Amino acid sequence: MAEALLDVRNITKRFATSDGGILAVDDVSFSVAPGEFVSIIGPSGCGKSTLFNIIGGLTGDYEGHVAVEGATVVGTHPAIGMVFQEESTFPWRTVEENVAFPLEIGGMVRAARMERAAHFIALVGLTGFERRYPAELSGGMRQRVAIARTLASEPRILLMDEPFAALDEQTRLLLGDKVLQIQQTLKQTTLLITHNLTEAVQLSDRVLVMTYRPGRLKRSVTIDLPHPRDSEVVSSEAFGHYVAQIWQDLREEASRGIEDAESRVRLRGARR
Amino acid sequence: MTVRALARTRNGARAFGIATTVAAIAVVEGLIRGGAINAYIVPLPTQILAALPRIIAEEHVLQRFWQTAQEVLWASLLLAAFGIALGALLYRFRLLRQAFEAWVGALAAAPIVLMYPLFLVIFGRSTTTIVMIGFAAGLAPVILKTAEGLSGTRKVLIDVGRSFKLSPAQQFRKVLLPAALPSVFVGLRLGLIFAMINIVGVEFLINFGGLGQLINELAERYDLPGTYGAILFVILASVTFFDLTARIERWLRPVE
Repeated sequence: MAEALLDVRNITKRFATSDGGILAVDDVSFSVAPGEFVSIIGPSGCGKSTLFNIIGGLTGDYEGHVAVEGATVVGTHPAIGMVFQEESTFPWRTVEENVAFPLEIGGMVRAARMERAAHFIALVGLTGFERRYPAELSGGMRQRVAIARTLASEPRILLMDEPFAALDEQTRLLLGDKVLQIQQTLKQTTLLITHNLTEAVQLSDRVLVMTYRPGRLKRSVTIDLPHPRDSEVVSSEAFGHYVAQIWQDLREEASRGIEDAESRVRLRGARR
Repeated sequence: MTVRALARTRNGARAFGIATTVAAIAVVEGLIRGGAINAYIVPLPTQILAALPRIIAEEHVLQRFWQTAQEVLWASLLLAAFGIALGALLYRFRLLRQAFEAWVGALAAAPIVLMYPLFLVIFGRSTTTIVMIGFAAGLAPVILKTAEGLSGTRKVLIDVGRSFKLSPAQQFRKVLLPAALPSVFVGLRLGLIFAMINIVGVEFLINFGGLGQLINELAERYDLPGTYGAILFVILASVTFFDLTARIERWLRPVE
């Protein structure tokens, strides 16, 4: 295996609460090689988004360390570009102004940054929409703008937190194709946080399954499906095999999550 | 054309608005002519319209309008500069917000115009007094709505800024302020209304300046059509500034 580009080592995160605190993430370690597409999948409440915020540098006060090319990173880092689950385009900026945002912050002159932005807009398939505002676009198009904006900052690692969670299944599959196409064109190292099994298997070279609270790594599944890949892969027998294999692990964790949620509701009812 | 169809086109809605206003004026005209409203207190709308050429020629109403407009403009610029800055301070420092938000709210309800003797002592019987009273009267909504708008910025947009390692100044200029603009403009419009009322009011009270002074003089002469005609110009000034702020907002945030 190639030397790790991203190394996440012994990450543990506790949140203080009135009844003593919650261990959200417990001793999570993994690494991502250059050009690799890794997904982290787990049930709701397993600490996926906490891990996303820790790796992206938005959350501090945790144990362990995150390193890029062997150097520990603290706080946000230009090598790690983040795409968020929520709609995150700036509504007051056009598509090209959104995509050019990191270049503007970097001090690039307008003509050069617009030319660069056009390249990334084309990459996500939004040529012709440069002067449109996010309010004029569909949810899927807005997420593509957010991805293009992050790619424009040319991060070594693309870190995405359920970017297609709010989209319907067909759009999600087609956008998955687009992400794969981009990843293969740019050889972009990518870490995707998701709770969607199909998406994880469709896109990834490796899927890391997390346990329900506290979030630990349960299993790493290498997805040995041929490249280049697209959404047609979901109809293959091998795809079904991987989905079934991961679901076995995930089902147990998801059931624990549901039971835990129900018991908390019962407890709240009993306190009243 | 149905009302729904009218509402769909901008010109249709405008025409509907104008038609409704004309109808309301016609009703008032009818009520006065019929004796339901005392003609010695409210002049006929047709008399007011007939008085307009006279007050334009003899009372220099356009110069007065321009003078009041300049005072409102200066007060607006002060409101934008200080109101937005103070609102940003309330947003940035939690202690300041907890300590002063209620006081700023109380300031919005205070009858600032009654403090005109104090302003006269400080600034003299001058345009500065009028501008400063307008500024003081309009300050509270600008501060409060700016703080509210900044606090309401979606967390994910702030996180985007953080992920691109924006400095605090860049975060404010590139993310927080643009995100808060709709709320800031609501504050500016409210501030403008308060400022305008107080500017015309203090012009009236100290008999100095633009339209307020003219209204005072015409009322003193019991020239009621002229008085109401001058009030029409106050409304015109108000509409002009409202339209101006709407245009600036559309320019800064073209599509919502």
